[in-house]
Amino acid sequence: MFASCADPASLEGLQWLMCYLTSGTHLLFYASFGTVLLLLAITAPIALLFGFGGAMASRSRIAPLRWFGQVYTSMVRGIPDIIFFLFVPIALDQGLEYLRHKILCDSNQSVWQGNDFVVCAAAKLPLSTSPQWVHQAYGFGTAVVAFAIVFGAFAANVLYGAMNAVPRAQLETAEAYGMSPRQVTRRVLIPQMWTYAIPGLSNLWMILIKATPLLFLLGVEDIVYWARELGGTKTAAFSYPHPDWRLYYFLAILVFYLLMTWGSQRIIDRLTRRLSRGQATMGGEALRKVGA
Amino acid sequence: MKLVCAQEITDYGLRAIGIGERLLPRSDYDLCQQFVLIGSGLIWNLYYGILALTIGFFIANAVAVAKASRHAWLRLPAEGFIFLFRGSPLFIQFFLVYEALVLLPRAGIPIFGFTVATDWLTKAWAGALLVLVLNTAAYSAQIFHGALMAVPKGDLEAADAYGMTGWKRFRRVVWPTMMRLAWPAYTNEAIFLFHATTLVFFSSFPAFRQQGDALYYASYFADKTFNPFVAYPIAAFYFILLTLLLISLFGVVNRRLNRHLPGAQKRIRYRPQLIR
Repeated sequence: MFASCADPASLEGLQWLMCYLTSGTHLLFYASFGTVLLLLAITAPIALLFGFGGAMASRSRIAPLRWFGQVYTSMVRGIPDIIFFLFVPIALDQGLEYLRHKILCDSNQSVWQGNDFVVCAAAKLPLSTSPQWVHQAYGFGTAVVAFAIVFGAFAANVLYGAMNAVPRAQLETAEAYGMSPRQVTRRVLIPQMWTYAIPGLSNLWMILIKATPLLFLLGVEDIVYWARELGGTKTAAFSYPHPDWRLYYFLAILVFYLLMTWGSQRIIDRLTRRLSRGQATMGGEALRKVGA
Repeated sequence: MKLVCAQEITDYGLRAIGIGERLLPRSDYDLCQQFVLIGSGLIWNLYYGILALTIGFFIANAVAVAKASRHAWLRLPAEGFIFLFRGSPLFIQFFLVYEALVLLPRAGIPIFGFTVATDWLTKAWAGALLVLVLNTAAYSAQIFHGALMAVPKGDLEAADAYGMTGWKRFRRVVWPTMMRLAWPAYTNEAIFLFHATTLVFFSSFPAFRQQGDALYYASYFADKTFNPFVAYPIAAFYFILLTLLLISLFGVVNRRLNRHLPGAQKRIRYRPQLIR
């Protein structure tokens, strides 16, 4: 990065460290923190949407839709999330490739040849001729879907609970005013459920933050990947030889996550205070007493 | 009539702990093999889950009481411990501890003329267990601390009126109520811990001679057959059974803890992970 770093062998002490920490691969390492934040930023709203859909489906009057919603919300109760993280990206990839194989290729040929899953070159996802960034974006995309499905199920649990926690009397009053079921949902149920959902959702946000290193298992070049890559022993063949420093890289990642969760907790505490203002709950009552 | 999967059970039933066929299946990959081998891997999940939960329970009690202490030298370390292990991902903790244990001198550490062996610590059965114990201790300590703070004042005053103090008051009044209040959340924690044991062989801890847990074998089959639709659902099936078993076991304890209260027969409502 700096002109003075042109010949690493001649460097000493602090200058060596500065040049080392600004080398090209290190810049990729720093950028991968952005990958984590991007995953959080994309996954959180999608998961919330999935969760909302799941919660509404479990309350539906149409039986098959309700069963679907209930299976979706309860699947994460018994099955470890890691199984989903391993299963969903492969299943999604195979499903898409299978469909493309049916459409784009000579569909007489089965995709199953012995124990191998083979599709023709035109059906490959992404195409083997595509540039590197397409492969990376595709890998990241399947990871986002896996995260959204799993955390959507968690969010559905929270929102379903929150919808049930809205006092019956509120909904009955709305009905007494002559609102249709749809109006009751939109005007009374949804605005009121958020106070009850916030503790669960904020907890979920913390769990989501702590689940992001699993990106590594999905083959995305995230912070864990780079920490292992950069920290491993570098022999004299490299420009910056050093012994096994993986411990220090993982310590840096640990500090990053501690800061993330600590900061989130502070914001959540504020938000909770804000939302309990004027509510007929214990928190709201405490705020009222302080104000009075 | 041939017994169901008899051959596979003798070959692979205890494969995960090194008994039986040495080589993993390399062709066919029929349902019997997958069911038996993944089930065999469940031994490791049970090993980690049961031991971590048992050891972690005692540490968590100590940490929870320390966190409620008036003395800063007790409270601050407890708070730091809980913050460290609850604030960072388990996955990173596995990596970090493994890298730290690898850095210990291979030959052992000499203390007073004896040499303390260190190489066993980098093995999954010890190193990963250590991480899981500390992790669950931190989460459980937070739960227990919350319950300790929620012990009704009247109970303490009643204990005072009976002349109970110190250890006796804690043992007879505070602790049983704390357990009773914490139990539903602790059930969730136990279930989450068993689910978290699947991470062990996907973090840096190596599976010695391919002796891994249920998910390790499931992903082995999924990789070999290019078919995730068989092996992962089998693993999921085992974990659903395990979860149901845990819920019923913890339910028995819960009923015992609540036996003096009206409505004690009420079941614990399991809300997954969301209480963590």
